[in-house]
Amino acid sequence: MIVAEWKPIPELLASLKGHKNVLLVGCATCVAECAAGGEREVLTLAPVLKMGLKDQGQEVNIITRTLERQCEPEFVEELAEIAPQVDAIMSLACGIGMQLVAERFIDLPLYPGVNTTSLAIREQPGLWTARCAACGDCMLGETFGLCPVARCAKSLMNGPCGGTRKDGKCEVDENTECIWRLIVERAEAKGRLEDLVKVRPSKNWSNSGHGGPKRMLREDLR
Amino acid sequence: MKTPVQTKLQQAIAAGRFALTLEIGPPQSPNPEPLRKKAEIIKGLADGYNVTDNQTAVVRMSSIAASKIILEMGLEPVMQMVCRDRNRIAMQSDLLGASALGLKNVLALSGDHQKASAAGKLKGHPGAKNVYDIDSIQLIATIKGLRDEAKQEGGDAIAEPAPFFIGAAWTPLGTPRNFRVLRLAKKIAAGADFIQTQAVYDVPAFAAQVAKARDMGLTDKAAILAGIIVPRSAGMLSYMDRQVPGVEVPAELIARMKQAKDAKAEGIKVTVELIQAVRAIPGVKGVHLQAIEAEELLPEIVKAAGLSPQDR
Repeated sequence: MIVAEWKPIPELLASLKGHKNVLLVGCATCVAECAAGGEREVLTLAPVLKMGLKDQGQEVNIITRTLERQCEPEFVEELAEIAPQVDAIMSLACGIGMQLVAERFIDLPLYPGVNTTSLAIREQPGLWTARCAACGDCMLGETFGLCPVARCAKSLMNGPCGGTRKDGKCEVDENTECIWRLIVERAEAKGRLEDLVKVRPSKNWSNSGHGGPKRMLREDLR
Repeated sequence: MKTPVQTKLQQAIAAGRFALTLEIGPPQSPNPEPLRKKAEIIKGLADGYNVTDNQTAVVRMSSIAASKIILEMGLEPVMQMVCRDRNRIAMQSDLLGASALGLKNVLALSGDHQKASAAGKLKGHPGAKNVYDIDSIQLIATIKGLRDEAKQEGGDAIAEPAPFFIGAAWTPLGTPRNFRVLRLAKKIAAGADFIQTQAVYDVPAFAAQVAKARDMGLTDKAAILAGIIVPRSAGMLSYMDRQVPGVEVPAELIARMKQAKDAKAEGIKVTVELIQAVRAIPGVKGVHLQAIEAEELLPEIVKAAGLSPQDR
């Protein structure tokens, strides 16, 4: 899923300064799964913002909505009825959903309520960890299903750096596994350590954002 | 095709002399004087002098500039290059520039993550964007391409080959330990001519890893220089054992430093013993000796260890 997290409340309050009627809009898909922008978070955040602004002497009316998917124009259209009643929109969707809302309601200022951080899984209750970097050149077949692009702090392609801690964690964060340690262990368990000896040549990053904004065209579907 | 390379370090290794490299960290300053001062202390002792590339992700004078400054003083630099800050375009451009300046030894490293700086006393730049376009092994292959094929990583030709003596780092006692020799093999397959290791204190464990490398024929293909960091206190050793990945310090060595009346003198003694011990390991072709922020100890240690130029 796409993972996002709330921006600091003071930052949210500052962005809403001067507004009287705000539409706080969530998304029931990824950001709901990661407890950042689903209906529950929309309903939790609305009174927090209202009270926070009141403390600063600002009365604000907050209208809440949660769309099934903020990244689909059909669902975003559901906001058309309510949009004329507000003077700003705050979105708790990922950056994709936010942009669709901003584009549809071009005259209204759109404020991000969350920071989109990663493509991740819910590893444990309350813990999300990155799994994919959308690099555009998948190498999972060579690394026993574990991604070093997203999960190595240095995106190393040819094995662990010298910074693997004794307990197998990454030098950058004592709670993060050195993914190369896990790749090596999986290779060993399958008796295929030799597979990791081949030098992987420099990666082609051009099929991700490094090649310019991604544009995938499928003529057969047009 | 292999482009011939001649550096003092390469010649020492080729001649079968026990090689010695030392290290100089460039200053956090635009003033070359502190660098020249350090260089003056250790000039004439070693075959090569590593010049670090923004180690611990703290901004310092560039490795290329500092390398050139010590080269002008008659010290042969080993220019370190990390993959953290530059993409393959910038690195190859800097390599051509370094070659034009007469720099011939280069050590390819992953580099400390930018978060490492925040772990120390300095602020560093933990909010920086890292690059890691290519990793250290891909950098080795890239340098080899510039040297042996006069070809850039992308395939375009360069007008003439860039003669580099290519180095790589090795953490023989790192986790996962049974992959570390294979990672060394990858670095050598990619083109590393010499290897400098993480600090060695546990000689038997190090010797066991070198023996595996020897069995794979790796010690014939690249020269391994064992890393030795001069211990200055029991506290420093126990910190390194706990906090520095890939460094194992035997408890008895920490106890020995603790009991020593004169820790400095004991540290020098330990260093000399370590040098002699790694020298006796078949396949070890030299040492990379560091006295972090205590360069003034090096002339005495080099002499006591029998590593003075006339003794090697």
